[in-house]
Amino acid sequence: MSETIEELVSQEYKYGFTTNIETDTIPPGLSEDVVRLISKKKNEPEWLTDWRLKAYRTWLTMEEPRWPNLKYAKIDYQSVSYYSAPKEMKKFNSLDEIDPILLETYEKLGISLTEQKRLSGVAVDAVFDSVSVATTFKETLKEKGIIFCSFSEAVHEHPELVKKYLGSVVPSADNYFAALNSAVFSDGSFCYIPKGVRCPMELSTYFRINASNTGQFERTLIVADEGAYVSYLEGCTAPMRDEHQLHAAVVELVAMDNAEVKYSTVQNWYAGDKDGKGGIYNFVTKRGKCAGVNSKISWTQVETGSAITWKYPSVILQGDNSIGEFYSVAVVNNRQDADTGTKMHHIGKNTRSTIVSKGISAGRGNNTYRGLVSIGKNATNSRNYTQCDSMLIGNKCSANTFPYIEVRNSSSSVEHEASTSKIGEDQIFYCKQRGINTENAISMIINGFAKEVFKNLPMEFAVEAQKLLGISLEGSVG
Amino acid sequence: MIEIKNLHANVNGKEILRGINLTVKAGEVHAIMGPNGSGKSTLAQVLSGHPAYEVTQGSVTFEGQDLLDMEPEVRAHAGVFLAFQYPVEIPGVSNSYFLKAGLNEIRKSRGEEELDSMQFLKMLKEKMKIVEMDASFINRPVNEGFSGGEKKRNEILQMAVLEPKLAILDETDSGLDIDALKIVSAGVNKLKTPQNATIVVTHYQRLLNYIVPDFVHVLVKGRIVKSGGKELAMELEANGYDFIREEMLQSA
Ligand SMILES: Nc1ncnc2c1ncn2[C@@H]1O[C@H](COP(=O)(O)OP(=O)(O)O)[C@@H](O)[C@H]1O
Ligand SMILES: [Mg+2]
Repeated sequence: MSETIEELVSQEYKYGFTTNIETDTIPPGLSEDVVRLISKKKNEPEWLTDWRLKAYRTWLTMEEPRWPNLKYAKIDYQSVSYYSAPKEMKKFNSLDEIDPILLETYEKLGISLTEQKRLSGVAVDAVFDSVSVATTFKETLKEKGIIFCSFSEAVHEHPELVKKYLGSVVPSADNYFAALNSAVFSDGSFCYIPKGVRCPMELSTYFRINASNTGQFERTLIVADEGAYVSYLEGCTAPMRDEHQLHAAVVELVAMDNAEVKYSTVQNWYAGDKDGKGGIYNFVTKRGKCAGVNSKISWTQVETGSAITWKYPSVILQGDNSIGEFYSVAVVNNRQDADTGTKMHHIGKNTRSTIVSKGISAGRGNNTYRGLVSIGKNATNSRNYTQCDSMLIGNKCSANTFPYIEVRNSSSSVEHEASTSKIGEDQIFYCKQRGINTENAISMIINGFAKEVFKNLPMEFAVEAQKLLGISLEGSVG
Repeated sequence: MIEIKNLHANVNGKEILRGINLTVKAGEVHAIMGPNGSGKSTLAQVLSGHPAYEVTQGSVTFEGQDLLDMEPEVRAHAGVFLAFQYPVEIPGVSNSYFLKAGLNEIRKSRGEEELDSMQFLKMLKEKMKIVEMDASFINRPVNEGFSGGEKKRNEILQMAVLEPKLAILDETDSGLDIDALKIVSAGVNKLKTPQNATIVVTHYQRLLNYIVPDFVHVLVKGRIVKSGGKELAMELEANGYDFIREEMLQSA
C-alpha cells in the first residue's frame, strides 16, 4: 500500500476563491508610524494608541520563538501589510447597506449574514480581512444585555469593559506573536455576557482573509460575568495564494464566578498546495482565565488548515474548583506542519483539567502535540487527565508528543495516556470487503478516532467538522 | 457461481498459491481443509482482493465476471463476503454505523434504495437473533474489546445483514466454545439458500459436523491435493494430514 499512499491527490480547497473588492490597504512595513496610522484609521482613543505603541516597543526587543517543531522560511515582517479593509466600510445601520459582493462572499462560504436566513439561531460576526463587516442578531442579544459586536465598536461603545479586560489574560508582552498582535491588531469580536445570563444562541465569528500580502491580526475578547454562560464558535477560511500569509491572532476569555465559556474552532485556513507552496502561517495565542470559583472554560478545536500552525489554547485555573478542558483534532496532510497543544495552569484549589488531543498525520505532514500541565503549590487536590493519540496515514508523515508536567503539591494527581496508531491497510481492506470504498473508509476510521472531540462540538459544527476531516484527507490513501 | 482456474499468488514475492482449481455452484457448501500455512487464508484473501497478495497466473470468474479485475468493494457489491480469520477493530465507529454504511453501499450499487436508520435498526435487530447477539453490540465500536468468539459471531452477523451470494468463512470456528460454535453454525445454515454458496475454510473437522459440506478439498502447500465428499473430512480427522502427504509421496 505504501506506493498507493503516495498517490496524494488532495481535493481542491473549496474556499480558495478571491473576492474582488476595492480595499484600503496600507503599504507593507512596520514602524511606530504604522502603528499610529492603524490606530488613527480606527479613530481610537489615546489610551489604546499608547497601549499599541508599548506593545510594539516590547515586540522590537523580542525574538521569534525557535523552539516549535516547525519548519518555515523566515518571515519578513517588513514585507507584510498590516492593514487592509474593504473601502467604504463606514458604519452600517443595517445589513442592507453592506456591499453585496461581501454578502455574496459569505454566502459562498456557507455563512448567511441575513438574519432571517440564518438557521438555528447562531449570531455571526463576520470579519473580512482586517475588519468586522457585520454582526447579526445584535438586537435580540441586546435585550438580554449581551454585548456582541466588533472589537472596534466595543472600543468606542464600551471602553470601560475593553480597558478592564484587554490584555488581562494575554498581556501584550506575553510572547512574540501576541506582542505583534497587540501592536497592530485590526479588529475582531467582542463579547460580554452579563451576570446570570445564559446566552440564548451560539455566538460565532467567521474570519476570512481575502487581500493578498496582508497579515491578519484579529483580537477576540469574551467575558462571561458571574453565573453567565456562552458558547462561541470560530470559523476561518482564506483564498488559495502562492505566497504565505501571516495570521497572528489573540483570543482572551474570562470566566468569573460560576461562569462558563465554551470556545470551539474549526480552522480551515488555506493549507498550501501539496508541495507546500502558499498557505497560511497561523501563530495564535488563545488563553482563558477561570478567574472565579466554579468557573469553566473549554476549548474545542478542529485544525485542518494552515501551512504552519502554532497554537496552544490554554486555561489559567485561578478560581477554586474551576475546570479547564481542551479537546483537539489536528490534521496535517501534504507539507503541513502543526505544533499545537495546550497549557493548563492550576492555581486554585480543587481545580480540574482534561486534555484530549487527537493528531492525524498524512502525506508529509508533521504533527506535534506540546502540552504543559502545571499544578502550583496552593492548587491542592487538583487533577489533570491527558490523553494524546496520534494516527499516521502512510509512511512519510510524523507525529510527536511533548508533554510537560510540573506538580508542586502532593495531594494532586496527573494522569497521562498516549498512543500512536497507523491506519492500516487491514482496516481499510476490512471496510472495502464490506462494500465501503477507500475514501469513505478513511473518513470513517478517522472520524471514529476523533469522535471524543467531535462530541464536544455544537451539532451543526460537528457535522461540518466531520465532513471537513474527510475532505482534507481525501486521496491520502490510495 | 465461481470458477477458479490455475490460480497462482505471491505474497512478498513468495509463491503461496500454486495452481488452484475450484468450481463452486449455487446452493453448494465447499470445505477447504489443510494444515497450517498451506495457503487457505491466502486463497480467501485473494478472492476478496486483499492488496498484499499478488496474483501471478490464472483466472477467477464470478457470476460470469472477471473477479480479479474488480476492486475489493466492487467484489463486495457483487456479493462476495469474507468472514475474516482475524476481524479488524475500528475504534470509535459503531457496529451499526459500519454495517449500515456497508449495506447501503451495496444496495446503492444494485440500484436499490438506501435504508434509513430506523429501517436498518429494525433489520439489524432481527439479524442479531440469528447469531444470538446481545443488543449492546449495536453501539459498540466495531470489534473493539470483543472477545475472539464475539468477533467471529460479529462476522456472521455481518454476513446475515449483507446477504452475500458467496460467503467465504475463514476459520470461523476458531475461538468459539462448543455452544457458540453451535449457534454460529446454525446461523450460517439458516442463511443458506439454493441461490448462494459457502466456502468454509477450516483446520479442524469439528465445524463440519454442524455446517455439513457437499465437497471437501484438501489444500497442501498451495495446491488442492485431494477432493471428495464430506467423508473426506472424517478421514482427515481420523488420520491427520500426514496420510495425505504419504499418499502424495507414493504417487510421486
Ligand atoms: N501477509 C503475509 N506476509 C508474509 N507471509 C504471508 C502473509 N500471508 C500469508 N503468508 C505466508 O503464506 C503462507 C500461507 O499462509 P496462510 O494462507 O495464512 O495459511 P493458512 O491459512 O492455510 O494457515 C504462510 O507461510 C504464511 O506465513
Ligand atoms: Mg488461515
